[in-house]
Amino acid sequence: MAAADWASRFRPNLARRKVWGRIWFALFMLAIVVGLAGLVILVMRVLYQGAPWLSFHFLTDYPSRFPEQAGMRSAIFGSIWIIGLTGAFTVPVGVGAAVYLEEYAPKNWLTRIIEVNISNLAGVPSIVYGLLGLAVFVQLLAMGRSVLAGALTMSLLVLPVVIIASREAIRSVPSSHREAAYGLGATKFQVVKEIVVPQSIPGIMTGTILALSRAVGEAAPMIAISALVFLTFVPTDPLDKFTVMPIQIFNWVSRPQEGFRGIAAAGIIVLLVVLLTMNAVAVYIRNRTQRRSEE
Amino acid sequence: MTTADSAEMTGADTALKVRNLNAYYGAFRALKDVSFDIPRNKVTALIGPSGCGKSTLLRCFNRMNELIPGARIEGEVLFNDENVYHPAIDPTEVRYRIGMVFQKPNPFPKSIYDNVAFGLRINGYRGDYDEAVERSLRGAALWDEVKDRLHESGFALSGGQQQRLCIARALAVEPEIILMDEPASALDPIATLEIESLMRELIRDYTVVVVTHNMQQAARVSDKTAFLNMDEDRAGYLVETGDTHQIFTNPADERTEAYITGRFG
Ligand SMILES: Nc1ncnc2c1ncn2[C@@H]1O[C@H](COP(=O)(O)OP(=O)(O)O)[C@@H](O)[C@H]1O
Ligand SMILES: [Mg+2]
Repeated sequence: MAAADWASRFRPNLARRKVWGRIWFALFMLAIVVGLAGLVILVMRVLYQGAPWLSFHFLTDYPSRFPEQAGMRSAIFGSIWIIGLTGAFTVPVGVGAAVYLEEYAPKNWLTRIIEVNISNLAGVPSIVYGLLGLAVFVQLLAMGRSVLAGALTMSLLVLPVVIIASREAIRSVPSSHREAAYGLGATKFQVVKEIVVPQSIPGIMTGTILALSRAVGEAAPMIAISALVFLTFVPTDPLDKFTVMPIQIFNWVSRPQEGFRGIAAAGIIVLLVVLLTMNAVAVYIRNRTQRRSEE
Repeated sequence: MTTADSAEMTGADTALKVRNLNAYYGAFRALKDVSFDIPRNKVTALIGPSGCGKSTLLRCFNRMNELIPGARIEGEVLFNDENVYHPAIDPTEVRYRIGMVFQKPNPFPKSIYDNVAFGLRINGYRGDYDEAVERSLRGAALWDEVKDRLHESGFALSGGQQQRLCIARALAVEPEIILMDEPASALDPIATLEIESLMRELIRDYTVVVVTHNMQQAARVSDKTAFLNMDEDRAGYLVETGDTHQIFTNPADERTEAYITGRFG
């Protein structure tokens, strides 16, 4: 058709379309600003309040009635104990469960139910795990309010996430590598041990570190297990009493004296640094393996 | 099978005897009563239209197909006059005696050396690893290209080199037969020719069975050709087998002639 009629059949209205585009662009910008502003204000406030209280002795001293002398030593060591033991419990069990589900489990309704329930468990509120741990580990199994009871409780919380992340990693191992190994006379267990698990390790590590970094910041389940917040010793044994960083911070926040506000903020800074470091390690592992597999 | 082999071969010249082989995926029958012989120290090509069951047939020879959930096999594959589907036979043993090379090069994310040594390790090789790795890489015509970089990743090689690495990996466990499923279809023409000439060398020590959709390749590389076809029900069956020269110049069945002259498939 001739170019002349074009104008009679189309009404391009380009100017109005462009204005719409700009309005939406502004709305999207606003969304990100609102999202980030809350975080920025929070971090700024915490830094402003807490920075003057940060010092080396804050990391190495025990808590005290006097804000000037208070430190996080017992909370830092308690968190290290909890996360170390939780990692030691969840990695073998989580990877084992994921290997079973991905490589061995028959594809039937029972397996489906198990899979759905693991996903559901990952969404259960953490206080529920805390109460479960209190009833089962602290009371029924008579572990007391110990590091061991805390770590086992934390393991219940973290395990579903580790299983899900490990399954994801196992599923991403190319089936062509499994076939090649079978074709060379590998048994099923050899395929799992030599091909599947080694190739999933980076994914498993990334998922596990992210799950553990969430656990480091969890206060609710640990409050249910460890009522203690004023500890002037470091656990040396899994059956010792303990406290962790979020509980210590929670305790400081609830003190009436003004100085403890600053101490709590300083504690939050330490906790944030630990979390960011763990997340950075996880991202680093993921990026490094991505680069390698793209080669 | 419409055309029997002109002469029944004796056991010593035959690497595999396929007898009334049927393969199923669930209720779907992918192969229908396939019977033929695969000669020792020769290249046998399996040709036929896409989806007629060439890969399925190849994977039945070393019991790889049963790894697919729902896959089922009936019939016999005689390897040294022993049925590989006999209940007393361990499929794992069949797989290291009948090696396999896949359509897409699939080296492990390991070094060149460790790729080749993998089969040695899992099968408890007791000899000298360096010597076995070198022998396998030489066998796959790759040694000269990689001898100075054995500890680099297998992924650092070109596609054709990766496929020869996969052949070396298969050779390391000293199989008698090497199955290749369209081994050159992901490669450029030069790498394809290298793989083809390698096949001709391999038959000094091994028996090679190759699936190909490339008629010229089948004609160039194989001694014997088996033509598979399928009808409406998509169940593959063998139309005829014979010497490659005869199949390509004077096929007994008109469907074979139609296929090799490019009228379908
Ligand atoms: N894993 C599988 N599950 C179900 N059907 C399959 C599977 N693999 C192949 N088939 C079917 O079996 C038939 C033969 O496939 P295949 O052996 O791959 O043919 P070819 O290699 O000759 O192209 C096709 O109809 C295909 O759809
Ligand atoms: Mg195929």
